[in-house]
Amino acid sequence: MSRTPLDTVEHAAATPDVELPWAELGLKKDEYERVVEILGRRPTGAELAMYSVMWSEHCSYKSSKVHLRQFGEKAPESDALLVGIGENAGVVDVGQGYAVTFKVESHNHPSYVEPYQGAATGVGGIVRDIIAMGARPVAVVDPLRFGAADHPDTKRVLPGVVAGIGGYGNCLGLPNIGGEVVFDACYQGNPLVNAGAIGVMRHEDIHLAKASGAGNKVVLYGARTGGDGIGGASILASETFDDAKPSKRPAVQVGDPFQEKLLIECTLEAFQEKLVVGIQDLGAAGLSCATSELASNGSGGMRVTLDDVPLRDSTLSPEEILMSESQERMCAVVEPDKVDRFLEICDKWDVIATVIGEVTDGDRLEIFWHGEKIVDVDPRTVAHEGPTYERPYARPSWQDELQADDANKLPRPQNGEELKDQVLKLVASPNQASKQWITQQYDHFVQGNTVLAQPEDSGMIRIDEASGLGVAIATDGNGRYAKLDPYTGAQLALAEAYRNVATTGARPLAVSDCLNFGSPEDPAVMWQFAEAVRGLADGCKQLGTPVTGGNVSLYNQTGEAAIHPTPVVAVLGVIDDVARRTPVAFQEEGQLLYLLGDTREEFGGSAWSQVIHDHLGGLPPKVDLERERLLGEILISASRDGMIDSAHDLSDGGLIQAVVESALLGGKGARLVVPDGLDAFTFLFSESAGRAIVAVPRSEEVRFNDMCGARGLPATRIGVVDGDTVEVQGEFSLPLADLREAHEGTIPALLA
Amino acid sequence: MTARIGVVTFPGSLDDRDTQRAIRVAGAEPVALWHKDKDLKQVDAVVLCGGFSYGDYLRAGAIARFSPVMDTVIDQARAGMPVLGICNGFQILTEAHLLPGGMLGNDHLHFICRDQKLRVENADTAWTTDYEAGQEIHIPLKNMDGRYVADRRTLDELEAEGRVAFRYLDFNPNGSLNDIAGITNEAGNVVGLMPHPEHAVESLIGTGRTDGLPFFTSILKKLVNA
Repeated sequence: MSRTPLDTVEHAAATPDVELPWAELGLKKDEYERVVEILGRRPTGAELAMYSVMWSEHCSYKSSKVHLRQFGEKAPESDALLVGIGENAGVVDVGQGYAVTFKVESHNHPSYVEPYQGAATGVGGIVRDIIAMGARPVAVVDPLRFGAADHPDTKRVLPGVVAGIGGYGNCLGLPNIGGEVVFDACYQGNPLVNAGAIGVMRHEDIHLAKASGAGNKVVLYGARTGGDGIGGASILASETFDDAKPSKRPAVQVGDPFQEKLLIECTLEAFQEKLVVGIQDLGAAGLSCATSELASNGSGGMRVTLDDVPLRDSTLSPEEILMSESQERMCAVVEPDKVDRFLEICDKWDVIATVIGEVTDGDRLEIFWHGEKIVDVDPRTVAHEGPTYERPYARPSWQDELQADDANKLPRPQNGEELKDQVLKLVASPNQASKQWITQQYDHFVQGNTVLAQPEDSGMIRIDEASGLGVAIATDGNGRYAKLDPYTGAQLALAEAYRNVATTGARPLAVSDCLNFGSPEDPAVMWQFAEAVRGLADGCKQLGTPVTGGNVSLYNQTGEAAIHPTPVVAVLGVIDDVARRTPVAFQEEGQLLYLLGDTREEFGGSAWSQVIHDHLGGLPPKVDLERERLLGEILISASRDGMIDSAHDLSDGGLIQAVVESALLGGKGARLVVPDGLDAFTFLFSESAGRAIVAVPRSEEVRFNDMCGARGLPATRIGVVDGDTVEVQGEFSLPLADLREAHEGTIPALLA
Repeated sequence: MTARIGVVTFPGSLDDRDTQRAIRVAGAEPVALWHKDKDLKQVDAVVLCGGFSYGDYLRAGAIARFSPVMDTVIDQARAGMPVLGICNGFQILTEAHLLPGGMLGNDHLHFICRDQKLRVENADTAWTTDYEAGQEIHIPLKNMDGRYVADRRTLDELEAEGRVAFRYLDFNPNGSLNDIAGITNEAGNVVGLMPHPEHAVESLIGTGRTDGLPFFTSILKKLVNA
């Protein structure tokens, strides 16, 4: 960018014909023309920098927002929602005066370019969103998707991503309690690194990103600003990868979790003393985003002196300072008489803090450099009035053919011996295998409130020691289902996360989502996106769980090949007393195993079809959200009233996968009987939704059956917890030791 | 009467509040101590808790060891005050030369978090009297730099004097020499270990075991009976 002479507002007005590099910064021609129209002149270099990052797909949601509106329009009535979509993260009332904020975000593109730092800064960014709401972060979760498990590049990407998540999250002192790891060749060049976080606060501590009160000071605190991450949002996350373009490595930021830990403590201390009027973290688009959003959400304008920003590199131009995505920075609006105390707290934590500007009573965002005005804009036009696209979308021509390729017609195992072989193959397949090698690189115990962590159905954190109040979170998504039918696939992701929360005994309250798709410029991808959003919005309405916020990641494709449409859904739940939680592991021999729900011949998109036949076709399992709700109510009641000692949701891999996991975790086997009306194969491998298995103590059997009968939920006794084998009567018997070797050996063999 | 047990917070300490909770669960009174403050607020014992002080960017514990608070902790420890170092705290104690040897990166080069089986080798230290010698316990372990090393002579000395307080059983999670998980000084008042007893004090939380509680009840009894 040109640096001499300084491109001031005055200079820009006087030199209308100067060509600016808007295309290199990722703006389209009509977008640039719109900027000129808004300003009534050409933008300065600094203004162009701000508009280009803030109008990027990543920051402006320009392709997705016409669809995302449904989350608001179809939002169910909910007493629990305290802060909805649009803030840094949504906030939910969980009772006893506590509020919980949670959100899932993507850091997909950076994690492919630089796996360790990409993943690490993904954790850093989502955690700052949580702090910015006024909450103490209490846990993180990481839904991850990689290319084929045996592909050489997966061995580059996965260990780096896992080490990055661990390296950052562990150093922040946040227990990692959930998430997923999925392998599929469709993610080979576009791994999905989603990161979620939960924070807890009292109702009165909720903070918002707005700058109000003329004369209030704008304080930038945290790390110094450097040249890292320039263009991360506009260039990296908003375009398709292409071999012909130069390396994007410098566009990835570098994380310093130690600095972020100090930032957490110092921010929370400032909140506690009520020193903060408004706050915003610096993530994508850095200072451009923080200043324009704070000013746009507030009542006045803002004046910023860019010379006062502490720099790591004194040669940075003002445009670069505005675009830098250096990590571990936050921006607070503080009343003048509280600034000294705010700076004192920062100093206590050895955090650099600088007043860089103030709130004005005008409506302009003005930024100065060396005494000259280089930005003079209406902040709303930068932050909230970016372009909106009605991208064309169309059901892909291949969709019918894909759905006609029915997985139910694939050859099935013919006898007990073949069933047994396929069970062993399934539980050892990378997607169904134990992920312990990965999750043991994350701290589960720190903060001393972890009640449940992966591989449990949901992660659970105690938030009040006296009452035992806790929250649970589960994230789920199945790109294979969504590829077969995006509407149903999105609802299945919602249903599974909802079910996972209920299985542990918590009541589902609210939803966050991370919508990972290919290029919005492809009408087929846009159709997948539109269908998935419609499905999710309809589903949330029916289940009464509002979407509180989330993130859209587009352009997850390499050349023409897009990833499977992958909506990842996080459901947050509450449990009145964590002592009533239900674990996955079988607890006691002799307990009776019940299958809840209906089992149909549903194999489209199933793990079985993938592992045994490398097949993807047909229709995904049917969704019945009323059934999901009923199942959830039964699981929560049974947990609260002590009627079940363990429970596990049935999803990918079907019943046998769930039984094997519960058996291995508990170190106790099971004897199963194929129920009347089902064949052994369908019983073991079907992926019908709305199902769970539970272990019922004999003393509770009558009461449990009565409850299911009265509420109309099918409950079928399928066996008993017993011995050191998993046996399906009349078919096969597998020793736990063999199952353990198969289930736990795969991932270390591929990646260690 | 109860005992006052200090927990130091360094920049980057993570388990300070957890350790305070464990002290409370055991029935003692936790006292927060700040790294810039030389004053120990008349505590009867000090715990240096886990975390990544100063990001562990130089060498785990190497910078924290020079904090103002450590001047007093080192003096008091030499005078007999009980000090427990957990994980990063253990690393700080070796950097401060209150305990011999040092810690290197795990031999497998990964962070590791697991429920670790240990044998209590010395039940006579200030922090272990509520255990029995030879008792097998499970305590969560989580670290990046947990590989205990020392020269041969130091190892022989530790073994001969019964100063290996805890040993890893069944699985050595980091390549520590002699499977050493924790050691004590000669006087038995300073103990350091890599696993986290403060994360095993409540039956509902973490691994669901309470095998770590005796650390805190041991010291409480010692201080109250003193």
